[in-house]
Amino acid sequence: MSDTDLLQTPLHTLHLELGARMVPFAGYSMPVQYPAGLMAEHHHTRNAAGLFDVSHMGQLRLVGPDAAAAFESLMPVDVIGLAVGKQRYGLLLNDEGGIIDDLMFVNRGDDLFVIVNGACKHGDLAHIQARIGSRCTIEPQFDRGLLALQGPQAVTALQRLVPGVDKLVFMTGAAFTWNGASLFITRSGYTGEDGFEISLAAADTEAFARALLAQPEVKPVGLGARNSLRLEAGLCLYGNDIDTTTTPVEAALNWAMQKVRRTGGARAGGFPGAARVLAELDGTEPLLRVRVGLVAQERVPVREHTELQSEAGDTISEVTSGLLGPTANVPVALGYVPPALAAVGTRVNAIVRGKAVPMVVSALPFVPNRYYRG
Amino acid sequence: MTTKYTEDHEWLTVEGDTAIVGITHHAQDALGDVVFVDLPEVGKAFAQKDVAGVVESVKAAADVYMPVSGTVTEVNEALRADPSLANSDPLGAGWFFKVKLSEPAQLDALLDATAYDALTKNA
Repeated sequence: MSDTDLLQTPLHTLHLELGARMVPFAGYSMPVQYPAGLMAEHHHTRNAAGLFDVSHMGQLRLVGPDAAAAFESLMPVDVIGLAVGKQRYGLLLNDEGGIIDDLMFVNRGDDLFVIVNGACKHGDLAHIQARIGSRCTIEPQFDRGLLALQGPQAVTALQRLVPGVDKLVFMTGAAFTWNGASLFITRSGYTGEDGFEISLAAADTEAFARALLAQPEVKPVGLGARNSLRLEAGLCLYGNDIDTTTTPVEAALNWAMQKVRRTGGARAGGFPGAARVLAELDGTEPLLRVRVGLVAQERVPVREHTELQSEAGDTISEVTSGLLGPTANVPVALGYVPPALAAVGTRVNAIVRGKAVPMVVSALPFVPNRYYRG
Repeated sequence: MTTKYTEDHEWLTVEGDTAIVGITHHAQDALGDVVFVDLPEVGKAFAQKDVAGVVESVKAAADVYMPVSGTVTEVNEALRADPSLANSDPLGAGWFFKVKLSEPAQLDALLDATAYDALTKNA
């Protein structure tokens, strides 16, 4: 795909005006960093508030009386039981239990509002339509804007423009207005910090982003820092850390699968790949590998695709994400290891340019979460 | 004392039979915040274009190529301790290593400042 084929978000003009370095991502021209640079943008998000354009992500609505039950049939997740105003993490699975995409959804009362990964959105839409298109109305809103405002001062800055957002707690959402524009705001994000995601019409996105950037706490942050922030928070990047070959149990996403959907639960199973996923969950089928956090014991970045070996020298797998964490201040990584090597404190080796770099299995997240739970 | 450049974005300043080598302003700008450098062993001999080191930012890693054949005589320990020198002073305090030239005639084929500037403007 040449650069001229790339789609643009509603903030394209603003990104160029701010001096962003633009790169192709998920079919869009996206800002990887602004002149401040990745490191400064990362720290600004941890210390104040960073504004991210995530309009490339896919927004869609599921509408109808059967929408929750229908959507629940695609995921190992409790959708029916999610109260109005609450948000939850979800996983679309294929019939082998592999992960088609990870997503966030909100019960807005009159619909389910779903946000999926940009690179997966057309495939997700086709999958959802094929599986449950006869049970509810599926309305893609791929042209809407989506902004993330993340960091400990995000609430102060956003509250000034949109009074009332301070009443939201982590993983809840509500409708607001700003200068006549309709906003749907959730208190969530992809950095491990307190923060918000704001969905709004494309035509309102640039004006609202400029209003946020006019707040003294807020600076623009690109995709580069978004990646280092999410990795320090221990969060999976679809395509790197999870994909159609990994199951949710292998990916250590057990927390995302509520008891009601597990063996013995009132609505156990009934989702694609349930036989395998439930067997892995209840231990009747042994896990061959599991995702863990890794910290290098030398100051050498360990990147994706770096080979992992046991201390005995046997090849285990590859690192799926890795970089020198700007806040953690050590090289951090995610990768899959056999369960026998998954206990915190276990030592493995990463083979970097032919040399063994010792790594230790570490608890996630690498940097403590600071979500606002009220 | 002359400074030459490579198409791989190294610079080298020649003094007598020794060259000081680093990465260019353009290279450090493209990489972003440098967080790690891997420097060659002192005393090791390299052929021109061999990989002599590595420079990494949070988002990317790049090889540093030996711009001329020769033997490494010194590496910049200050850069190893503070890799951000490659960003803040790429042509000065952020130098990578010194190499004793074994084939000085190779210098003639390297880029001068004008040719290197033209290369990076067209990139």
